[in-house]
Amino acid sequence: MTENPTRLIVGPFNRVEGDLEVTLDIADGVVAEARVNAPLYRGFEQILQGRPAADSLVIAPRICGICSVSQSVAAARALAGLERPEVPANGTLAANLILAGENAADHLTHFMLFFAPDLARACYGDRSWFAAARRRFAAGDGECARALLPARARFLHLMGLLAGKWPHSLALQPGGVTKAIDPGEKIRLLSTVTEFREMLETHLFADRLETIAALDGIAALESWAAAASPEQGDFRLFLHIARDLGFTGLGVGPGRFVSSGSFGLFAPGVWSQGTLSGFDPAQVTEDHAHSWMEGAILAPFVGQTIPSPDKPEAYSWCKAPRLDGRVAEVGALARQVVDGHPLARALAAARPGGSVHDRVVARLLELARLIPAMEGWIRAIRPGEPFCAPPTAPADGTSAGLVEAARGTLGHWLSLQNGRIANYQIVAPTSWNFSPRDAQGNPGALETALAGTPVLPGETTPVAVQHVVRSFDPCMVCTVH
Amino acid sequence: MVASPSPAGTFNVLWLQAASCGGCTMSALAADDTGLLRALERFGIRLLWHPSLSEESGAEALAILEDCATGRLRLDCLCVEGSVLLGPNGSGRFQMLSGSGKPVKDWIARLAAKAGHVVAVGSCAAFGGVPAAGHNPTDARGLHYSGWDVGGALGKGFRSASGLPVVNIAGCAPHPGWIVETLAALALGDLAADQLDALGRPRAYADHLAHHGCGRNEFYEFKASAARPSDRGCLMENLGCRATQAPGDCNIRRWNGYGSCTDGGYACINCTSPAFETPSGPFQETAKVAGIPVGLPVDMPKAWFVALAALSKSATPQRVRTNAHADHVIVPPARRPQKSP
Repeated sequence: MTENPTRLIVGPFNRVEGDLEVTLDIADGVVAEARVNAPLYRGFEQILQGRPAADSLVIAPRICGICSVSQSVAAARALAGLERPEVPANGTLAANLILAGENAADHLTHFMLFFAPDLARACYGDRSWFAAARRRFAAGDGECARALLPARARFLHLMGLLAGKWPHSLALQPGGVTKAIDPGEKIRLLSTVTEFREMLETHLFADRLETIAALDGIAALESWAAAASPEQGDFRLFLHIARDLGFTGLGVGPGRFVSSGSFGLFAPGVWSQGTLSGFDPAQVTEDHAHSWMEGAILAPFVGQTIPSPDKPEAYSWCKAPRLDGRVAEVGALARQVVDGHPLARALAAARPGGSVHDRVVARLLELARLIPAMEGWIRAIRPGEPFCAPPTAPADGTSAGLVEAARGTLGHWLSLQNGRIANYQIVAPTSWNFSPRDAQGNPGALETALAGTPVLPGETTPVAVQHVVRSFDPCMVCTVH
Repeated sequence: MVASPSPAGTFNVLWLQAASCGGCTMSALAADDTGLLRALERFGIRLLWHPSLSEESGAEALAILEDCATGRLRLDCLCVEGSVLLGPNGSGRFQMLSGSGKPVKDWIARLAAKAGHVVAVGSCAAFGGVPAAGHNPTDARGLHYSGWDVGGALGKGFRSASGLPVVNIAGCAPHPGWIVETLAALALGDLAADQLDALGRPRAYADHLAHHGCGRNEFYEFKASAARPSDRGCLMENLGCRATQAPGDCNIRRWNGYGSCTDGGYACINCTSPAFETPSGPFQETAKVAGIPVGLPVDMPKAWFVALAALSKSATPQRVRTNAHADHVIVPPARRPQKSP
């Protein structure tokens, strides 16, 4: 380390959801230390206090325009913990479809709009793949987004049918969903998802989804990538570029992956150093040491959100969530590793902290796994049978609603008194991934992953830093709420 | 007055996210089933920078903003998504523009002063929206309004260079069509002051009510009301639906191809109106006095509503009454065989 590291303050970061500023201390051409600032605070946890219980179903989704359904599901599950409804099978299927629809749309949005356009930057003009990257991925007029943005819009017809609209639906209730599906709508749902499958299989994968989902290790992934020219599918082009740019060595995170499990399809757990253990939400705490918040280390049920904008040692509005006192990474890579998908486990065995490459691969792998599952859930819907249990007044008490958003584990911790919200604490996926340091000085997951990232002479917004940041698919509006 | 069209052929739009959830952008991305950029290109609209769509990040992005703020780059239209945070204590520090060291509120004020038009995308930018709920912990404002009161972050008398007030594409989130059509009308020079309602909303959609075209119309006519979520009946009497008061063509056009809030089985929460975020009671329950909903259809005298409701309830066919309390059709319409001539 040189004696006088230079400092870069990087922002605004676009193609992340919301506001992000990263301070980089640079030494010897790499990031020595990074500090991640979420520079927007809106006060949702304060706004929710004192409201009638079910108002959370209106307010909480509006934290986030891109994971609005995930927020709805977490809010509904927190209420369901106090109402204890018997959710009918159709209600679970429809809620799964709405959530999976958002997760799948978000994974695609991330790849085509947020991540891939950086591969088409002029700084890569001397690479053999540049012309292809420019044609497919360029921001604004890349063919990938030109083809798949309309496909995404038509896929979201699923939301029109099941949830009225997206974002910000009220269809998800503690007892199920407000919209029953009739036989004709069931067919339209299948048709919508099948059309999306066709678009993904044509443009993104140039192969069957089942083939992607069946890749069972790094050798299988590499031989699939090499089986056709790099321009056969955007996923293959990404793999080709990732190999050339060394994405497997970029963005190594803390190596502790957490998932609360999803759909009964992806198992919950914690993966660390090659070992799987159980996920216990009671071990979650939030550390305020470096956030502009009063208080110290608190569990969410007794959590506080009291802004302290002049706190000298703080540098972000984000609190620092920790599991059993330690840093964790959440997201598609975490979910697939924890679930035990053979390709994801192989990636984690090769690189225990993950990488830019691994996060993108896991996201697209998950997309390939989600769509066939959705087709199965639609077929299982039985029109004419109930979609929602009758509501009951929730009992006073405390309840946690957990869900896997596209970007990882989201939790709502609700305390109810006299039917009104006494306390509401939200721990969002990117709160985990982009947390500031904790009281022990341990950096958050992105702060860890940025250390060692190359910074080229003259760069003001280092491109490798952008790759690392976007590999997490950050949602800053959820991060601080 | 009619704004003059952009002289150079393209209509330059800069899109900023203030204290937003990003949902207006997410809604807009599905515009016309084709994507926002392509939908706008058809009208010569060029996005100088957009937080979700542009390549430029960091210093490159700040340079574009600075060029607009100093007039080096012609800014035909400034779009702001999200409420403007004045707090804490007027400092704007609840939202600093990353990399610039300055509050977003100050950037918006500088840019709005140079913009041909200023558009508030969504109810947050229009009126304050959800961040302004309750005791408004961040001092969140709309650009031109704070709730119902004129005088938001840009001040009461604000007019953009075109002479128009802030154009308020209210909605949480707005329909992508409202966004594209409003920007296109501005680009075409078609949006005159008389095309805006008293709160600056484009009359193209605000002259309708969300109730118009509601698929539950027969249940409304007979006051056959839903009692619990997923019932097919009218949502107004019990479940908090405000569609008879809410500006919007929500049930005339479709959302995400097939939907609307009421088609989705849940109440319209009047999200196109100021202060929708702070109702007097729970969102999903209808406030009543002596059994009569407080929020009656706009333009309707209370006595007439009560009389007609009583009359229509007494005339409700068994089919409508039964289906109102089910999540699928229990009793289909009677099929009377036609008489032979």
